[in-house]
Amino acid sequence: MLYREAGQFRTSYEADQQIFPIRQDRIAFALLMAVAVVGVPLFASDYWLTAILIPFLVFALASLGLNILTGYAGQLSLGTAAFMAVGAFAAYNFQLRVPGIPILVSFLLGGASAALVGVAFGLPSLRIKGFYLAVATLAAQFFVPWLLVKVGWFSNYSASGVITAQKIEILGFVFDSPVRRYLLVLAIVALLALAAKNLVRSRIGRAWMAVRDMDVAAEVIGIRIMRTKLIAFAVSSFYCGVAGALYAFAYLGSVEPDAFNLDLSFRILFMVIIGGVGSILGSFLGAAFITLLPILLEVLLHGGAGLLGLNLSPGTPSMMQLVVFGGLIIFFLIVEPHGLARLWQIAKEKLRLWPFPY
Amino acid sequence: MTKSWKSAVLVAAAAAAGLAAAPPASAQQNTQFIGITGYRVGPYGANGAAFFGGFIDYLNLVNERDGGVNGVKLTWEECETEYNNAKGVECYERLKTRSALGPTAIHPMSTGITYAIMEKAPVDKVPLITLGYGRTDATDGRVFPWVFPLMSNYWDAATGIVRFIADKEAGNLKGKKIVLLYHDSAYGKEPHSVLDAEAKKLGFELRMIPVPHPGNEQQSQWLQIRQYKPDWVILWGWGVMTATALQTAQKTGFPRDKMVGNWWAGAEVDTVAAGPAATGYYAASLNLAGKGYPVVKDVEDVVYKKANKGQDAKLVGTVLWNRGLAAAMYTVEAIRRAQEKYGKKPITSEQMRWGIENLDVNAGRLKALGFNTMVPPVKVSCEDHGGSGLVRFQQWAGSEWKIASDWMKGDSAMVRKMIEDSAAKYAAEKGIKPGCMGG
Repeated sequence: MLYREAGQFRTSYEADQQIFPIRQDRIAFALLMAVAVVGVPLFASDYWLTAILIPFLVFALASLGLNILTGYAGQLSLGTAAFMAVGAFAAYNFQLRVPGIPILVSFLLGGASAALVGVAFGLPSLRIKGFYLAVATLAAQFFVPWLLVKVGWFSNYSASGVITAQKIEILGFVFDSPVRRYLLVLAIVALLALAAKNLVRSRIGRAWMAVRDMDVAAEVIGIRIMRTKLIAFAVSSFYCGVAGALYAFAYLGSVEPDAFNLDLSFRILFMVIIGGVGSILGSFLGAAFITLLPILLEVLLHGGAGLLGLNLSPGTPSMMQLVVFGGLIIFFLIVEPHGLARLWQIAKEKLRLWPFPY
Repeated sequence: MTKSWKSAVLVAAAAAAGLAAAPPASAQQNTQFIGITGYRVGPYGANGAAFFGGFIDYLNLVNERDGGVNGVKLTWEECETEYNNAKGVECYERLKTRSALGPTAIHPMSTGITYAIMEKAPVDKVPLITLGYGRTDATDGRVFPWVFPLMSNYWDAATGIVRFIADKEAGNLKGKKIVLLYHDSAYGKEPHSVLDAEAKKLGFELRMIPVPHPGNEQQSQWLQIRQYKPDWVILWGWGVMTATALQTAQKTGFPRDKMVGNWWAGAEVDTVAAGPAATGYYAASLNLAGKGYPVVKDVEDVVYKKANKGQDAKLVGTVLWNRGLAAAMYTVEAIRRAQEKYGKKPITSEQMRWGIENLDVNAGRLKALGFNTMVPPVKVSCEDHGGSGLVRFQQWAGSEWKIASDWMKGDSAMVRKMIEDSAAKYAAEKGIKPGCMGG
């Protein structure tokens, strides 16, 4: 009833090709952005900002990166965390060693460094695919943290290998409070998400999807496989690199190479699977789901145990989390391989007919 | 299908409501809330369970036996970090909001988490107590006013171990070969600089061999050790790595009584897991194991028997449980100290900082508290946030730890100089003007 596009006529190509062709979607998105930009800073507590919203945005960006590679271009990667590490350490070193470099430029250069590393580790994708490619990217996952630990220069010879991110300052404005950092991360993530959305609707994006669906056919219709795959690796790693830089600078403030371990790569892969493979929205849904679920479970279990008078071990929610994650991943892979984003789409289709389905 | 979706939505809505109304853990008057970032899950869960078991048992003891600290009851909430830095930050942020007075003091119990929250703590005015771990140069309280590596730090441990080995080698280490087998993390890298300095000073050869996390596979490392034929192996292990090292040492035929662990590689969870392979192994300790102390008897009587609030009876008297007990004791004594200045009511985290900085638990006080010689006396000052620097060695006798040395100090002059240099470098990098904060 409310969600009905009857009467909305599109009279130009621009109107037909915009991201949200339906007016209700545009309104809903504008409202969401208004809440994110105005509402959240007004009402969210520091805890929500620093422990939930900032990591959510950072992980959303990382899973966006992985989604470009895995969801759109069809190249499975287990090296996400390694590319994040490259971004974080590169941004740190640019800040440290290039005097007066603007922080945003460092983030971009961090992303660019990650893109270079991504291309290097993407080269095997020209020969191997699927499971074998996953193993090749796994090499990145082990090689990068090892290198960062082994070569002291990367961490400025810190005794423990831990780097402490520099202050975020743009044009004399210091991003020191949680609200400011949140807004900065939000702005970067929103811009990059917009870029990604447009990229996947462009010629490159369509080439990725053609390669994903059948690379031989794609080659036959004139898509250059090597270039397409390497661009996918570069763009994906760029996103992961920026996410890594934000992870270090805006979220934790200090990171060690070990923080970017295989677990993190898997976490981001789960976000993509649960959120929706091959969907920009899915990256955000998956990241929200995986960052919020543990906290939700903890509150539920603690509340539930309190009501029932049980003496719950503090470790139980963490164990439950593993059980629930495992269960959900199997559930999604079997029932809805396109994840939460697909569920959202189905809901929208139902809404169009509601309350009078055929 | 529709029905199940409806119920799913209901559950989600209920959960969201629960999330919005976070439980007010310390809404009651006259209680002191202590935030605990603990871990009982994951590869280091067994270590965490023992430490936090002792910690909470002591808090329960203070509540049940004494009715709190000067009538102020203790409350706490434990947040599971899984020894993961990102989760540790989330827990820290959560515990911070649980009470208007702050979380009193945080024991991160992880060098990585310590680093991750070390720069947030001064902004929030929350003191961190890093008992025998964390950032070593934080011992200089003029640069790190909010961090307290109480008792001894890693460099005390490293030089203490070197001295212990020197004693066994009749005082001369010239030309000896020592291997540092370390956990490849921030924790494992802390002793590198000081051991390098020791090697130069005393003329022994040092080789450092990393073991990647979690360390349950060490064939190649021990192959290197067998080639190198060192006189001693210093084991800077943690969690499953320690037991694996002991077992692999047995397989490769390296004598266990030529291996010295640091204090995080010397608990029952390590040696019992290693089985007979552990017999003869030395480990540094911050505290002694065993149940032969009045305070342990009190915990057993009051907390376990009378109140039935004990954490886990199996852990009582183990090295890490006793360490948790001591950590809680220092925390409670610092609260008491802060109350002397700020009044016998719940104190804020900021006041707690003063309490820790002016903490003085001498031998008489230890006896009064029933700890006797389990831990060394600790006297904290602004310049020295450690307060003791003493370390003691124990040897695993197959079923229990036997004391292998008296309380001893490493090369404390050298450690102090390195701490001051490193802290000054940090201060310069961060633009901190060193100085004491006072009250």
